[in-house]
Amino acid sequence: MEKTANKQMICRTLMEAAREDRNIVALCSDSRGSGSFAPFAKDFPEQFVETGIAEQNLVSIAAGLARCGKKAYAVSPACFLSARSYEQCKVDVAYSNTNVKLIGISGGVSYGALGMSHHSAQDIAAMSAIPNMRVYLPSDPLQTAELVKALLKDEKPAYIRVGRNAAEPVYQEGEYSFVMDKASVMRDGRDVALIACGEMVAAAKAAAEILEKEGIGAQVLDMYCVKPLDEEAVIRAASQVRAVVTVEEHGPFGGLGSMVSQVVARTWPKPVVNLTLPDAPVIAGTSAEVFAYYGLDGAGIAEAVRKILRPDGKEA
Amino acid sequence: MNLSALAYDLRMDAVEIIRAGKAGHIGGDMSVMEILTELYFAQMRISPEEAEDPDRDRFVLSKGHSMEAYYAVLARKGFLDKEEILKGFSQFGSPYIGHPNNKLPGIEMNSGSLGHGLPVCVGMAKAGKMDGRDYRVYVVMGDGELAEGSVWEGAMAAAQYHLDNLCAVVDRNRLQISGNTEEVMGLDDLHAKFRSFGWHVIDVADGNDVAELHQAFEEAKETKGKPTVLIANTVKGKGSPIMENRADWHHHVPTDEEYERIMADLQAEKTRREEA
Repeated sequence: MEKTANKQMICRTLMEAAREDRNIVALCSDSRGSGSFAPFAKDFPEQFVETGIAEQNLVSIAAGLARCGKKAYAVSPACFLSARSYEQCKVDVAYSNTNVKLIGISGGVSYGALGMSHHSAQDIAAMSAIPNMRVYLPSDPLQTAELVKALLKDEKPAYIRVGRNAAEPVYQEGEYSFVMDKASVMRDGRDVALIACGEMVAAAKAAAEILEKEGIGAQVLDMYCVKPLDEEAVIRAASQVRAVVTVEEHGPFGGLGSMVSQVVARTWPKPVVNLTLPDAPVIAGTSAEVFAYYGLDGAGIAEAVRKILRPDGKEA
Repeated sequence: MNLSALAYDLRMDAVEIIRAGKAGHIGGDMSVMEILTELYFAQMRISPEEAEDPDRDRFVLSKGHSMEAYYAVLARKGFLDKEEILKGFSQFGSPYIGHPNNKLPGIEMNSGSLGHGLPVCVGMAKAGKMDGRDYRVYVVMGDGELAEGSVWEGAMAAAQYHLDNLCAVVDRNRLQISGNTEEVMGLDDLHAKFRSFGWHVIDVADGNDVAELHQAFEEAKETKGKPTVLIANTVKGKGSPIMENRADWHHHVPTDEEYERIMADLQAEKTRREEA
């Protein structure tokens, strides 16, 4: 599959479905450009709602539409959608149980040097904490398309976070079978399990390739379904390896790492290291620069694995 | 029973529910009662038989804390059972909680947090326009609630989308938990505010008068191209002098003595209106 931004895949998949189903409605908060939803707005003006820069309104209107039979896809930068409209997500979507899919675009540190206002390093924690809210961070375009197709079939709330940049494909067409709410085991290995979500899956895969050359076997799990977490996959992995390393484009609290740690501690205690962004404003830079700085790239993850497997800190 | 007397009968039900659950927001329950009565018994196309009919009118109680008034109406309308409400209200494990719970029949959306109802109703009205359905959407807000910014996001959008199938009602009782709305966070000139947002504004001089409300709702139906708001000037705690216009009765639970007095006042007023 060509290199495509996951948000573009969401738009394309919804457009295909919208041709057949006039109840599919996309909403944007002056975000059709940044969300790659301009083609949807152009081709389906009757199924598109512009709310202006008003994220609270975006989510409430989506909930009202959904209560009247619409399949509402509310598209807005993850930083605003998960914070400014948090209460609307909690009350009008999750609590009222409306069929709203919240699409958080340009998530994590996608906006690079725009500063902390534009980073969403808390959204997994925030959204996961809401009862009846599912949280998905697809890793690549192919998986994103499959996830959206699956979400179109259900009527429950969900939050989907994707990045701004064209995502590195981690799956090849024909070689990947998507299963809803099940992690995808991309590599096997008996020394360490790398459990990642979103764009960090590509980084975890790169780390596993580096480690393989050093004789360290690393499993890679694509945990795109952060909530409901695929606990079985976590337990299976933890039971097979010496240590677990989680990798996410998110702060250290309440994200994938926290959830995996809870499961491992309860079921199959093993050392767990959570690789995350810091509990501090993130340094300015491109996503790639930021990831490298905080050790969230292949080299950084490999280094963390070496350390955990050798508690004295010596190189493996 | 005429609607004017019915509103007093329903007030007695609400007070009974408050007494049974030892909880509730009595002041707003009393001020909003004619608005709910006129909507449910004269205006809206809604009944338990057509609870999921796509053409039913939609209603959202944005001032969700007036739940006891809403329970009284939903029970009388046949959606809920009054005895069950009296047994369960505010009790452990009960679905009859202090704010709208859409797991119960007849309730479209959960609320409780203020400033959500209008934007949600914008979505409902927009869906009606998209589908070419002729249902109407009604939302009742408190006046204190209007300090929430999200209300004005919704107000802007309703005018932008020309939602003439949307009618908002402000229960303008001029009191909120801390006191007079104009002292807490002034709303006047409220009419001008809504007008400047592109709404048709109807002043209901006495929002506890069903005839006046009736006329206003009819005018709203005739208004095309823009949403309508009824600013219904009501009396908080309406129905008994011991609680009228008193902020401290926002969520006061009547004592036994107060209960007897309130019920007697409400009964007397109901009888007077039945005979009128």
